[in-house]
Amino acid sequence: MPHRTFFWFILPTALAMILFIGLPIVSSFFQSLHIENEQVLMEVENCDPFGCTTNVRVDVEATEKIEAENPLGRFNGFGTYIDRNHLAFDEIREAWDNTSTVGEFKDIVLNLPFYKALLFTLTFCFAVTPPVIVLGFIVALSVNTLAKKLKGFIVFGTILPMIVTPLIGSLVLFWMIDSQGIIGASIQILFDDPNLSLKASSNLTWITLIIYGIWHNTPFAFVVFYAALQTVPQDPLEAAFIDGASRFERVRFIVIPHLYPVATFIMLICLMDNFRVFEPIIGFSAEGVAQSLSWMIYQDLRNENKMLFGSAGATSMLTILGIAFLLTPVLIRTWKEFKTER
Amino acid sequence: MNQTINKYSKQIIIVNSIFILFWLTISIFPFIWTLWGSFKVKADFFSRADWTYALSGFNTLIETGATTTIKAYLESWTEGEFGRATMNTMIVTVSVVSISLFLGTLGAYALSRSTFKYTFYILIIALVFRAMPHITLVSGYLFPFFQLNIWGILPTTIIVLVAINQPFTLWLLYSFFKTVPKELDESALIDGCSYFQAFRYIIMPVMWPGVVTAGLFSMMLAYNDFTVTALLLNQHNYTMVPKINAYLGTVEYGGNYMWAVSSVVSATAPLFMIIWFFQRQLISGLTAGAVKG
Repeated sequence: MPHRTFFWFILPTALAMILFIGLPIVSSFFQSLHIENEQVLMEVENCDPFGCTTNVRVDVEATEKIEAENPLGRFNGFGTYIDRNHLAFDEIREAWDNTSTVGEFKDIVLNLPFYKALLFTLTFCFAVTPPVIVLGFIVALSVNTLAKKLKGFIVFGTILPMIVTPLIGSLVLFWMIDSQGIIGASIQILFDDPNLSLKASSNLTWITLIIYGIWHNTPFAFVVFYAALQTVPQDPLEAAFIDGASRFERVRFIVIPHLYPVATFIMLICLMDNFRVFEPIIGFSAEGVAQSLSWMIYQDLRNENKMLFGSAGATSMLTILGIAFLLTPVLIRTWKEFKTER
Repeated sequence: MNQTINKYSKQIIIVNSIFILFWLTISIFPFIWTLWGSFKVKADFFSRADWTYALSGFNTLIETGATTTIKAYLESWTEGEFGRATMNTMIVTVSVVSISLFLGTLGAYALSRSTFKYTFYILIIALVFRAMPHITLVSGYLFPFFQLNIWGILPTTIIVLVAINQPFTLWLLYSFFKTVPKELDESALIDGCSYFQAFRYIIMPVMWPGVVTAGLFSMMLAYNDFTVTALLLNQHNYTMVPKINAYLGTVEYGGNYMWAVSSVVSATAPLFMIIWFFQRQLISGLTAGAVKG
């Protein structure tokens, strides 16, 4: 295809992507270098029959004027990146100097907002992914052995958790595990503890969120494994069967090695998607004990008084760095694949 | 021979059936429970005294005079303006699907037919874009949108969702067009067609299987989106998912909680029906993704 024709064909989609994916990243970065305007304060003298007092109050007019001149705020360089709500270099240095044991130091650092969110995000990613792969594989194996007539319905039932949006999925589960819902109440009866609630402790909330993550992601792993199972070559399986390999041995030594590349693919996609975990936190009302990086950005943008564009931008940039880190293996894989294709 | 391999012993069949039943319970039951509970009052669905009330509809009977009620549905669709949210979702979904397919087919066709190296870089960039968390993009939109005064309205959200959706659509349709034989449109070119005519008269009639799959994924993205719609639309223009979240913000008003429950049912039911019909295409799309990254 000549360059000119190619250009016209690709133009609309390229334009959409550049304008609404490429530019926002640049805009985010630009915002992260700025910080909100300071409010202009002025001293006002209030005099009444008992004497005069001076109060400091916000000069609304002057503040608005600055706001209109500099809507983005004032330039702050990389200041936002290292402030207390992000990388918190000063606080970490201080903690390092003032603590004697690693445990104490760790406690202080992990209580800083950014590191707390990072810890949850990473824990979520790495706790959800392995069970998803194992469970997805087992479900795929069992569905594969079923009679053809049943498969349609069972595949449909299996993929439901993946189809609903995370917010609705987590709400549906949340209503059941609520201390007044069916599962929550049953657990209370089972352990004979009327105060037991999955919302009560931060550990239980984390576990609930992780279980939700597994529930939501397993269907994806299932579908991919299920499709890959159809491509397992039959000849080696037959040969192994003739040589007397048991069913388990055939799965272990022929099917699983065949599915390795697929498993790595699922792992990477899962890690990448779970790195943006955010909606379940809202669905489970778990903001108090579990914050993720995406949730921090949402919170900055939802700020009641004033949207904190700078802070949101800085967290966005740091999140993108994290994604880039996770994405590198995928990119290398695609690169190699593409080269061999040519 | 094949038959002996695929013959399963009784134990395997039993263990397998139990496992499948167990798994189906986990994946389907929450939805059935929500559907059931949406016809009860809050005191039953969240029963402080005894969860079996949710089954018997004890409080529902006291409050409404019957064991099931559609009060929550009626109220959320009228007072809660859920009908409006549904309308908005429909507008957004239909526009996003049609625009993204239009842009995506053109782009993907060009990518699959060009032999120059830059196609590879475009696809890699699309892959990187696909990995961007949506919320980081939204944080980039808000400020410029406020300045341009285009925040809060549906068209902006539609364009944003189309753009966010492009990388995946491009990859999916690219791998689909690769499977359409080149000879088909090449012969048309030799006969004197322009590339656009070849696309219009030769490719378009055969591209529907791929387009249906890509359309299905665009639909799911637009229909399910929360991050973009919650932050880029004003309350008045909310689509279904942010609307449901808005109901939850007012937990104190007992009734509204059931609005959320019934709205979840109203929002998921059509989606499940569509997926039931297009299951095969959905799965083929996911596997195409697996092969191509």
